[in-house]
Amino acid sequence: MDIKAYIESGILELYVAGALSEKENKEVFDLMLQYPEIKKEIIEIESALVKLTAAVCQKTNKASTFQAIKSKLSQSNTDTKVISIVKPKYNWLTYTGWAASVILAVGLLWTTNQNNALKSDIQVAETQQELLEIQIEKSKNNLYEANTLITVLRDDNITQVPLAGQGNFATTYAKVYWDRNANRIFLDAQGLPAPPPGKVYQVWSLKLSPLTPTSLGTIDSFTTDENKIFEINNPNESEAFGITLEPAGGSETPTMEQLYTLGVVSTT
Amino acid sequence: MQLDSLVEKFKQKDEKAFESLYNMYRDSMQGVIFNIVRDNDIAKEVMQDVFIKAWHKADSYSSEKGRFFTWLLNIARNAAIDKTRSKAFKKSKQNLNSDFFVDILESSESLDNSTNAIGMKKFVEKLADKCKAVIDLLYFKGYTQVEASETLKMPIGTIKTRNRNCINELRNLVLN
Repeated sequence: MDIKAYIESGILELYVAGALSEKENKEVFDLMLQYPEIKKEIIEIESALVKLTAAVCQKTNKASTFQAIKSKLSQSNTDTKVISIVKPKYNWLTYTGWAASVILAVGLLWTTNQNNALKSDIQVAETQQELLEIQIEKSKNNLYEANTLITVLRDDNITQVPLAGQGNFATTYAKVYWDRNANRIFLDAQGLPAPPPGKVYQVWSLKLSPLTPTSLGTIDSFTTDENKIFEINNPNESEAFGITLEPAGGSETPTMEQLYTLGVVSTT
Repeated sequence: MQLDSLVEKFKQKDEKAFESLYNMYRDSMQGVIFNIVRDNDIAKEVMQDVFIKAWHKADSYSSEKGRFFTWLLNIARNAAIDKTRSKAFKKSKQNLNSDFFVDILESSESLDNSTNAIGMKKFVEKLADKCKAVIDLLYFKGYTQVEASETLKMPIGTIKTRNRNCINELRNLVLN
């Protein structure tokens, strides 16, 4: 290898400048170990450059002694972060913020409760309204019935049959208003006591000779009906009406021991 | 030989050896850094940081990869360039002039009367402009030969020979 030409190429100057690639650096290093001329050349180039660069240094003060950096050499290389031990200060904004959120939470809870209370109030009011509507309906019915009764009472074609208390039940009484044209009767049972549990009053249409009873049905709604006036169909040619106390559901024939009231239709 | 053993001891974290190397290259590094940051105090501060960094990175240096001087030169140039990119630096130095190192030598009033500095001043006065540019880019700015060739619009071969001639002139002036 022509060492002289290699030196003259200028590659060693670039080597010292650090302008070569890693591969080229290795090449120069290997040759330097082989050829002392190359090493000598490199050292001379380097010395010249050390002098040139040092000349650019502005020596305004000469304090750049090794002491200036010596203390820092023993410090660890890792950059240690300094963490402040001063507790973070909470300012008024923090407190206000927390206070505001607590108030908000309480407010929301209160509003929810109010809302629920209002909802149940509405439900109560609705129930009351329903009850009132039912009462109105009832009153309307009562009024209608009363009107019907008045009409019946004023009608000439109505036959009045008073039923008198019988035997043990002499204190009881009832009255039948028979509308022959419409084949119905109105029974006023105001004078009868409430039937004992499990028993009902049964109304009978009677033929007298021979005595033939025909059931007109039981008065199942006796206790619940307020004015105790019952409208009952009666297509029979009745000669008398009677009321007996019978077991719930009624009987085929009247139980004469339990005959409460009896009245004969006047023939006039 | 003495230099090689100093570097070897430095790698083993020998403070005495490091002190010798520091005294050897301190001014060179500060000069290179000053050429980039153009501020005495900053240059000195960065130079000290460079040596501290070199100490902590001592393990990473290998003579196979290049000269110790070149290794240090790299750290110094990078540190100086990093410094110029820092926010604080940009604020204080809005316009860095892009003159070559030679302007510092030519215009400096504060140069002491050491023979080196006087000789250097004479030397740079004699240098051709293109020589100044090549030395500035390759040694003070850390350009690769390709980057220098692109910047100066010269073939790589020309850069190499021109640089060789410039450094030869320098050697004759300072070493003889």
